Amino acid sequence: MKYIIFLLLFSCLTLIANSQEINNQDLVNKISKNVRCLTCQGQSVYDSQSEFSESIKIIISNKIQEGKSEQDIYDFLVEKYGEWIIFEPKFNKNTFLLWVLPLLLFLVGGFLIFRNFKAVK
Amino acid sequence: MKKNFFILGIVSVIFFFFIVFYLGLDKENTYEPNIVTNKKIESFTAEKLFEDGQVKSDNIFSENKVYLLNIWASWCLPCQKEHDFLMQLKNTHSIEIIGLNYKDKLSNARKFIEELGNPYALSLRDKDGTIAILFGAYGLPETYIIKDKKIIKKYIGPIDNKSIKEIITYIK
Repeated sequence: MKYIIFLLLFSCLTLIANSQEINNQDLVNKISKNVRCLTCQGQSVYDSQSEFSESIKIIISNKIQEGKSEQDIYDFLVEKYGEWIIFEPKFNKNTFLLWVLPLLLFLVGGFLIFRNFKAVK
Repeated sequence: MKKNFFILGIVSVIFFFFIVFYLGLDKENTYEPNIVTNKKIESFTAEKLFEDGQVKSDNIFSENKVYLLNIWASWCLPCQKEHDFLMQLKNTHSIEIIGLNYKDKLSNARKFIEELGNPYALSLRDKDGTIAILFGAYGLPETYIIKDKKIIKKYIGPIDNKSIKEIITYIK
């Protein structure tokens, strides 16, 4: 009986550890897809197999194992290489037009369509 | 009148997009990471290249002293090109050069130094390339002037006579 309980417990722990590993790998993939390859323009670290991209993947994985959050890892990379390294730029004074302009165009366009539609009616 | 206004609007929009694309496409679209200097270097532990054992960065870099950290590899051709300049710097000036061997085969790295000379006061190994990332490296070779445990200058690519002249001003 004791042997069966031990086996069950062992399998459960192995399963938990395994799923944790899979989750970590998913997070490594997610982050590396949003990080720019240092040597190949326009490619992500996830897609690239350059020496530096491989090193960044290891860094990301190590940081996750240390318990760092996704944002901590982006902050670390931005501190080393600048905002450039992240594909999705943060909202700040340099990028606010990039974020606000599509929304503004959408609202103005919507308003014009609505007005025309009302006038036709 | 309304029709003219409409045509003028269309022409203005086309003209606007023409200018945006003309200027945008004409601009060279190669990005380079920011060179981040004047920041404290991060602590790391590295294996030694010529002997067994590890060394902590806190025991390498001391305050009030200027160091040169050179990231190199035997498979990197520009590193071979700059090696003479590093030797020249070592032989003529009192600056401690730390070599960080990036993702290299141990035998090749040792052979490289044996054949071309050893400019380094200390040679370290960066087996998986993660230490180079701590310095914000993105190519080989790269050389950093470190003072008070801070990166004060970074050279991307091989150093030459011009960079040597500049490095000397930091030692004085």
